[in-house]
Amino acid sequence: MKDAFGLPQSLLVLGGTSEIALATARRMIARRTRTVWLAGRPSPALEQSAAELRALGADVRTVAFDALDPESHEPALGKVFAEGDIDMVLLAFGILGDQAHDEREPLSAVRVAQTNYTGAVSATLVSASALQNQGHGSLVVLSSVAGERARRANFIYGSSKAGLDAFTQGLGDALHGTGVHVMVVRPGFVRSKMTAGLAEAPLATTPEAVATAIEVGLRRRSETVWVPGALRLVMSALRHAPRALFRRLPI
Amino acid sequence: MPADTVSVTGWGRTAPTVARLIRPRTYEEAVAAVRGCGVRGGIPRGLGRAYGDAAQNAGGAVFDMTGLDRIHAIDVDGGTVSCDAGVSLHRLMRVLLPLGWFVPVTPGTRQVTVGGAIGADIHGKNHHVSGSFSRHVLSLELLTADGEIRTVRRDTPLFDATTGGMGLTGVILTATVQLQPVQTSLMSVDTERARDLDDLMARLAATDDHYRYSVAWVDLLARGAATGRAVLTRGDHAPLDALREGTRARRDPLAFRPSRLPPAPAHLPEGLLNRRTVACFNELWYRRAPRARTGELQKLSTFFHPLDGVPHWNRIYGRGGFVQYQFVVGHGQEETLRRIVRRISEHRCPSFLAVLKRFGDADPGWLSFPLPGWTLALDIPAALPGLGALLDTLDEDVAAAGGRVYLAKDSRLRPESLAAMYPRLDAFRSLRAELDPRGVFVSDLARRLAL
Repeated sequence: MKDAFGLPQSLLVLGGTSEIALATARRMIARRTRTVWLAGRPSPALEQSAAELRALGADVRTVAFDALDPESHEPALGKVFAEGDIDMVLLAFGILGDQAHDEREPLSAVRVAQTNYTGAVSATLVSASALQNQGHGSLVVLSSVAGERARRANFIYGSSKAGLDAFTQGLGDALHGTGVHVMVVRPGFVRSKMTAGLAEAPLATTPEAVATAIEVGLRRRSETVWVPGALRLVMSALRHAPRALFRRLPI
Repeated sequence: MPADTVSVTGWGRTAPTVARLIRPRTYEEAVAAVRGCGVRGGIPRGLGRAYGDAAQNAGGAVFDMTGLDRIHAIDVDGGTVSCDAGVSLHRLMRVLLPLGWFVPVTPGTRQVTVGGAIGADIHGKNHHVSGSFSRHVLSLELLTADGEIRTVRRDTPLFDATTGGMGLTGVILTATVQLQPVQTSLMSVDTERARDLDDLMARLAATDDHYRYSVAWVDLLARGAATGRAVLTRGDHAPLDALREGTRARRDPLAFRPSRLPPAPAHLPEGLLNRRTVACFNELWYRRAPRARTGELQKLSTFFHPLDGVPHWNRIYGRGGFVQYQFVVGHGQEETLRRIVRRISEHRCPSFLAVLKRFGDADPGWLSFPLPGWTLALDIPAALPGLGALLDTLDEDVAAAGGRVYLAKDSRLRPESLAAMYPRLDAFRSLRAELDPRGVFVSDLARRLAL
């Protein structure tokens, strides 16, 4: 169960090798979490992530999960929920893709969309229904500022996150009053292996800062969290910038 | 039987979860509710004054027992009452005071049920004399997981597991309680101030035995030499001859007239209670108390239940809710108490409801809270930065000193800390495993702490 500060005792991570997810899991283990499930494609990296968290004293198990295979989501995640209540589900998988390459290769653009959007839709719905049966739990979905307004530089990724963000907001409203808390997290540029080699954007942040923001959001039962918080204002301004101007902005 | 799916919290308004709220009106309905409560089980709930998650059950059933509220029999000569568990102490006072009897133990609110009083094995300002509520329970009827109703007598394992058992052994349906005789409905109260924590402890230790009721309000925002300054209020039921002839009180000495203010508004902004406002309140509260005053006549409700005058006072903490922390450490652990008070004071917790009391002998309930020693209770807004970590360190201090925290108030303890605090936890678990193998009775508290 979550305690008075919204801190979970059990955590299911979808996308078990995500750096933000692992930073969050480390933070939660330092607080209250004793059981962690890492869902992801079986790989040495997934096992290594599990070992790292195990060293912090948690009971960590891995479960085979592939975002691109929605039909497997129900049995795979059903197995996890059958073992006991999950207080928090963190949806952290996603791929950035390569914008220039993906524009030329529609199939790889579709792969970005399928992973980040349709895969997430399926995994989120499966998790939401299990949480609803429990009558409690937080569903934390990693969106991105890229979804707030699509940019020339990464609109394939951005559009997939825009879809996920809108979907999650709607789901949060649908689940209002069911005991399930849905929180959308919109980080800006996060320094991680996903963004390695990319030019850093202003207000860049770290996986640890995202973890801290998630902890605060859980305590406040927030529905939307920006990391860093200043991005809320920045994106609000950018959102209202005229197209002709926005197109020319060096972002 | 009506059943609504509702969001449920404790009095602290943290960690809401959703459950089917079922309100049985007869014993048969209660039996049917327990038999049909489904895989996520059920938990009895009274008036919802437990601060944390004790009377919540996410995804399962919560039995609202306030529908079973008949008083069956009052023995006016022997001073006992038999009633349903859903009867509130408020109602008992209304009915019993005109007959010259008072409840044996009352907490800081009248708005608790008899069932809740037994389940949490509550204590009051008279603990050093009268022990906890269960000491005065002669017998009770318990609806257990198999759907049977059992009569549970004192000095049996099931009685000791149920008193303080947080509703996890079954649903208490009725109880017979020994009462306290009184001549009037007024209290004769002595008030004095203590300039710091040591002064306070010295006064409590020296003269508590002279009073049936004793408690001290502590200013936890006072720093430096004034750390732990306090106002002691101690007293007893006023005898008839303490009331002047010819007054209204003398003509009707057993009248029960609790005062009542309008309820707190439903929506109050966050942060109304911050360090500044609470420090102001504490300063005023301390200054307005007389240095020493004896024999003041007060209404029962003023002495015991000042907060009951403001219905829904828990709303003043805003949407974020609050955490209540109450612990006890044994006699001889005064140094631990001093250290904890210092820590709380250094952390600047804006707490205006901090109360220190000396407990008397413990009662046999396996998960009953009181131990002979010192107990401190305080309210803190849940949004206070660093609060979780602070309370975790206090838990460690309390457990190392052989003390414990109160489950009826808890909303954040770690399961690891629990076994050290409650040495009879294993006996409780094995009794439950035998009595309730399918785990019919379960609450959010039980899930969180693996009770």
